[in-house]
Amino acid sequence: MQTTQALQQARRPALGKMARREEREFYLYILPWLLGFLLFSFAPIVASLFLSLTDWSMLSAPIWRGLNNYITIFGNDPLFRKTLINTFVYTFLSVPLGIVLAMLIAILLNQKVRGMTLFRTIFYIPSLVTGVSVAVLWAWILNPQFGLLNHFLMVFFGIKGPEWLFNTKTAMPAMIVMSLWGIGGSMVIYLAGLQGIPDHLYEAAEIDGAGTINKFFNITVPMMTPTIFFNLIMGIIGSMQTFTQFFIMTNGGPANATMVYVLYLYRQAFQYFQMGYACALAWILFLIILLVTLLQFWGASRWVYYEGQLKGR
Amino acid sequence: MGTSEISMESKRVVPQRRSLVQRYWRESRRVRHAAWLLLVYALLIAGSVVFLIPLIWMVSTSLRPEWEVYSYPPKILPNYFLWRNYIEGWTMLLPFTTFLKNTLTITIGNVIGNLISCSLAAFGFARLRARGRDFFFMLLISTMMLPYEVTMIPQFVFFTRLLNWGNSFKPLMVPAWLGWPFGIFLLRQFFMSIPIDLDDAARIDGASTLRILTQIMLPLVKPALATIAIFAFVGNWNNFMAPLIYLNDINKYTMAIGLRLFQGQHAVHNQQYLMAVSVLNVLPILVIFFFAQKTFIQGIALTGIKG
Repeated sequence: MQTTQALQQARRPALGKMARREEREFYLYILPWLLGFLLFSFAPIVASLFLSLTDWSMLSAPIWRGLNNYITIFGNDPLFRKTLINTFVYTFLSVPLGIVLAMLIAILLNQKVRGMTLFRTIFYIPSLVTGVSVAVLWAWILNPQFGLLNHFLMVFFGIKGPEWLFNTKTAMPAMIVMSLWGIGGSMVIYLAGLQGIPDHLYEAAEIDGAGTINKFFNITVPMMTPTIFFNLIMGIIGSMQTFTQFFIMTNGGPANATMVYVLYLYRQAFQYFQMGYACALAWILFLIILLVTLLQFWGASRWVYYEGQLKGR
Repeated sequence: MGTSEISMESKRVVPQRRSLVQRYWRESRRVRHAAWLLLVYALLIAGSVVFLIPLIWMVSTSLRPEWEVYSYPPKILPNYFLWRNYIEGWTMLLPFTTFLKNTLTITIGNVIGNLISCSLAAFGFARLRARGRDFFFMLLISTMMLPYEVTMIPQFVFFTRLLNWGNSFKPLMVPAWLGWPFGIFLLRQFFMSIPIDLDDAARIDGASTLRILTQIMLPLVKPALATIAIFAFVGNWNNFMAPLIYLNDINKYTMAIGLRLFQGQHAVHNQQYLMAVSVLNVLPILVIFFFAQKTFIQGIALTGIKG
C-alpha cells in the first residue's frame, strides 16, 4: 500500500502535465456546446428573468416595473387563469388516457400470434404523421359538415354530431381524442418494456398458482412502473407546452375554449409585443412544470418499483 | 379441510348440469386457445381499422375531384385517382418546391451539425477527465428540462436585433451546430459502455484523441448516431414555432409554415390539395421509417425505458 502511494506521489508531476493537457482537451471538446449553452440557454435565462420585470415592446428601451407583471398575471388577468386551466385539462386528460391506451395496445401487441409485425407497424404509423400534417388532417376529420367523424356518428349511432372545433363544449375533447391517435411512440416504449420483463418471474408465479389477472397486477404492472413513470413525466412536460395543433386548428377559439398557455404566451409576445409580460408568463410556466415534475418524483416512491432497489422498512 | 371437501363435492355435481359447450370450454385447451386467438385477432383488427381510417381518408381525399370532396355522405375509399391533385396542389397555389428546398437545407444542415457537435461534447464528457466536468454535465442535464418558451424571447431579440439575422435560416441553424443536450447525453451513455482499454491501447500507440474519437469510438456507436440523426431529422422537419417566429418572407418558408399558410388561405375550397401536400409532407418521415425501421424503433424504445 505504502509503496503504491509513494509511487503515485512520485509520478504526480508527470501525470500533472498530462492531466492538464487532458483538461485542456476536455474544454476544447465541449467548447461548441459550452458556447451554445452560454449564448442560447444561460444568457437568455438571465435576460428573460430581467425582461420579466420590465415593460418592453421592443420599440424603446425596457421600462423597469418590478414585480408588476407577475402581480397583474396572478391578480388581474382572466386569460392567464383560463389558459392555465385549459392546459391542465388537456394535459391531465390526454396524458393519462394516452398512457392507459398505449399500455393496453402494447399488451395486445405483445401476444405471440402470427402477423404481429404488421399490426405493430399499423398501430405505430399514425404517430409518424406529426406537426402540421396531423393538425390539418384532423381539422378535416372533425369538419362538422363533410368530416368523417360526424358521418360515422350518423351511420353507426344515428346521432347528429356536434360542431366539434366550433363549439366551446366539444373543442377541447376533440383535441384530446386527436392526441390519442399519435400514441404509437409510447406504445413502442411499453412494448420494449414488456419484452424486458424476465420470463422466470411469470414461471415462478405460475408454479405458485397465479392466474392471468394475478400475474398482470403483481408482475407486469409493477415491472412496468418505471417506464410508465418516465412516460408520465415526459408526457406532462410536453403537453404543458403544446402549441402547434392548437395554433393551426383552433387558434384558441371558440371563445378561448382551446386557448392553451403557450398559445397565449405567443400572442403576448409576437402579436401584442408585450415582451416583458410574455417573459413573465414563460417563467411561471417553467416553475409550474418544475413543480409538477418534482411532485411526481416525490410521489413516485409510493408507486414506482425499481428492481434491485432495496427498500427500507 | 372441511371447506375443500365441500368444494370438491360441488365440483362433482356441477359438470353434469353443464351444456356440452361449457364442458368443452373447461376441458379442451384447444378450444380455449382458439377463442383466445379469435379475441386477440378481433381486437387487433378492430384497432387497426380505427388507427388506419384517418390515414386512408387523408390519401383518398387527396385523390378526389373537388365536387366529391364537398359532397355528402363522405366516402372513405377513393373511387377516383386524380394523381394530378398532387402536382396541382404542389405547384398551383404556393411555391412548395421552394419550401421543400428550405426545409431540406435546414434539416440536413442541422442533422450534420448535431452529429458533429454532439460527438465532440459527448466524447469529452465520457472520456476526458477534468476539473469541473461533473458540474458542466449537471448543467447539460438541467438544460434538457428547460422549456423553449423561457429562452425563446431573449433568443429572438438576440438574433433579430443584435445580429440582424431576422428572416434568415441562421437563427434556426446556428444552435444546432452548438450542441443538442439530448443528443450529447445519449451519445455519452453509449461512449461510456465502450471498454476504456480500447482507447488506452490506441493512446499507447500514440493516437490523438480526435483519432480515437473518429476511428475507434464513432464506428462503434453507429446505432446511436443513427438514432440521433433520425430524431434530429424528424424534430427539425416538424419544427413549427421557431420558423414561425423568424421567417417572414414566403420564399424563406419551410414546409410546415407553408402548409399552415396554405391551410389558412386556401383550405375552404381546396381540401384535396391540402391533403395531397400533407401526404407529401409526411412522406420523407415515412420513407425513413421504412428504411430504418429497426433503428427507428430501437431509438424510441431506448430513450423511453431508461426511467
